[in-house]
Amino acid sequence: MTTPHSPAGTTPGADSPHDVARRSAERGRTRRRLYQWLFVAPALLYMVGFFGFPLVNNVVMSFQEYTPTTYFTGEAPFTGLDNWRAVLGDGLFTDAIWQTLLFTAGSLLGQFTIGLALAVFFSRRFRLSGPIRAVLLLPWLVPMVVSAVVWRRIMDQDHGVLNSFLSVFGMDAVPWLASPSVALLSAVLVNIWIGIPFNMVILYGGLQEIPRELHEAAALDGAGPWRAFRSVTLPMLRPVITVVLVLGFMSTIKVLDLILALTGGGPADSTQTLGTLTYQLSFLQLDFGQGAVVGNVLILISAVFAVLYLRVNRADLGKGK
Amino acid sequence: MRRPTRGTPPRSVALPLAAVMAAAGLAGCARQPDPGTVTVLNSATNTAEHEANQDHFDRCAEPLGLRVDQISVPADQVATKALRMASSDSLPDILELDGSELPQFAETGGLLPITSAGVDTSVLSDSAVSLGSHDGAQYGVARSVNSLALIYNAELLAEAGLEPPATWEELRASAAELTGGDTYGMAFSASPNADGVYQFLPFFWSAGGDETALDDGAGDAALQLWKDLVDDGSASRSVVNWNQQDVNDQFISGRAAMMINGPWQVPVLDGQDDVEWAVASIPVPEAGQDPVPPIGGTVMTVPAGGDEEREQNAGAILNCLNSEENQLAWGERVNNVPTREDAAAAYREQNPKLAPFADLVATARSRTAEVGTGWPVVADAMSGAFQSVLTGRTTPGDALERAQRQTRTGE
Repeated sequence: MTTPHSPAGTTPGADSPHDVARRSAERGRTRRRLYQWLFVAPALLYMVGFFGFPLVNNVVMSFQEYTPTTYFTGEAPFTGLDNWRAVLGDGLFTDAIWQTLLFTAGSLLGQFTIGLALAVFFSRRFRLSGPIRAVLLLPWLVPMVVSAVVWRRIMDQDHGVLNSFLSVFGMDAVPWLASPSVALLSAVLVNIWIGIPFNMVILYGGLQEIPRELHEAAALDGAGPWRAFRSVTLPMLRPVITVVLVLGFMSTIKVLDLILALTGGGPADSTQTLGTLTYQLSFLQLDFGQGAVVGNVLILISAVFAVLYLRVNRADLGKGK
Repeated sequence: MRRPTRGTPPRSVALPLAAVMAAAGLAGCARQPDPGTVTVLNSATNTAEHEANQDHFDRCAEPLGLRVDQISVPADQVATKALRMASSDSLPDILELDGSELPQFAETGGLLPITSAGVDTSVLSDSAVSLGSHDGAQYGVARSVNSLALIYNAELLAEAGLEPPATWEELRASAAELTGGDTYGMAFSASPNADGVYQFLPFFWSAGGDETALDDGAGDAALQLWKDLVDDGSASRSVVNWNQQDVNDQFISGRAAMMINGPWQVPVLDGQDDVEWAVASIPVPEAGQDPVPPIGGTVMTVPAGGDEEREQNAGAILNCLNSEENQLAWGERVNNVPTREDAAAAYREQNPKLAPFADLVATARSRTAEVGTGWPVVADAMSGAFQSVLTGRTTPGDALERAQRQTRTGE
């Protein structure tokens, strides 16, 4: 849309047909812009109110002495870097970061591999594949806390089903949740179990999108199943894989309810994550300033990955995928 | 290039639509409290508990021409809910907090010293006064309190020809003797949260431990006792995962001959026929010593800054709830010990099975009496200590030294 230029030499103010056209076009544009903003406004206000404001507030809070008193008096004196120093100087914070990363990496690896394997398995239609797939979705339907409570019983050292099962093969009872060296692994295993359905469903959907002809062509070119999987399935699945991994990352890194119900962060802090740490600081010790510090670190880590995700996506778009 | 002309709907629709969407965000208004109604925030989310509370409130409010409205949220959310209410100036007239949370609130200046609301505290036992006090002033009244005791499987002990152990030495020996097959001699909670800390305190304090100086050496013996029970095989290694509910489950399924637990388990214990249970005092390090268990329970407080008439109404209801008759009825309903000495004596007489609790409460201590608002940090350090000792990561002495350092940096 281009605005017609009024020819030189026309008297200003005179309503030449050109001017009328231009003015009405301008008016139309302003009005359209106003409407655009009016329709964007609710979403924008929502974003600012429910995401921007808490985010900024959380950052500010991490520099304040924010205690129960603040709620009564509204006063939260600034203390500079005191909160950051206290949190970063605590050995538990370093442990929690490592444990969070281990937990996230382990969970994603397990969920994704098993989810992908199951998705590929079910993409070959066979009898009863539908019902079995439906049953595999069950972990997703069970509330996280319920799963954790059930797994706590399954993994009980003395009477748990898991150890009874292992003893059939002559294995000693494993202190799944009672030993600091095993507890994090147990939490990862439970989280893998919870996350498999999500990965499977999304990847299965992605697999359905891959045109059959590609596989047929690969087969004609003499590609075996493994080669076809590596050179056809995986590249075609790439956008879906990034979505699954990024969403999985976001929901895993902030884990709280699973850990609280499964081990409460113990034994001996071996399953403390950034999520449980911020919960403990903010809601048990009621030191909201220090809790905000850990929350900010969590947001920062998530933000880094969100940006990575956007970049990868843009690169994909650039290639026309 | 042809652009699709979509977007601008007629102005008559667009403007009101946008206005409505913007206005929706501004909706919401403050509730004006009715002068004849007293509001209460508590944790009685369970229907039976809620109704029992309402019944007691009504009993007291009706003669005064008042009505009581309860707002109940889960116990672990009462404090945060109250803080949110404080920031919007909508605190209830009576705020029922867990005793261990009281200092955090009293410290803010947001609670009224309870005598200013006209509440008579002279009739309460010393331990009940300490549960509701912070920095020398009393802010909360407990109608009844709980503590911990040794609950044992009477049948198993009789079979083994044992009396309930009175000292640590006897506890260790009896627990070992009662262990066999699927049954552990002893069960307790050493979970890394409030449950585990609550259970550790009777041992820590009875040994002479001091929460302001965790590393003074006195508490080491308590950690060692727990460690010994687990190392002997008399208690499961899973104690580090068990909360108090799990401990009770182990006991009623016959997998533990003795356990440490509180009177809130009585309804569950009464509701089953498999295990014959009885209550004994908490074992002490040496014969003849007084056990020092923690005192627990909720306290009712009156938030400050409200209208004086409302505060007096709240105080009048509190006074009535704490009459001898009402305390006794309430104590029996929730299996807790009344805090008035006269009511406690009557309770003891009427409930011989739970009498050890009544005795234990008399020597019990409040968790926050010494450290006040520092309690959450101390509790966290303590749980770190027993968890690392029980999982074999460190020795009792080192664990408590580390815990003490932790409480110092937490200040």
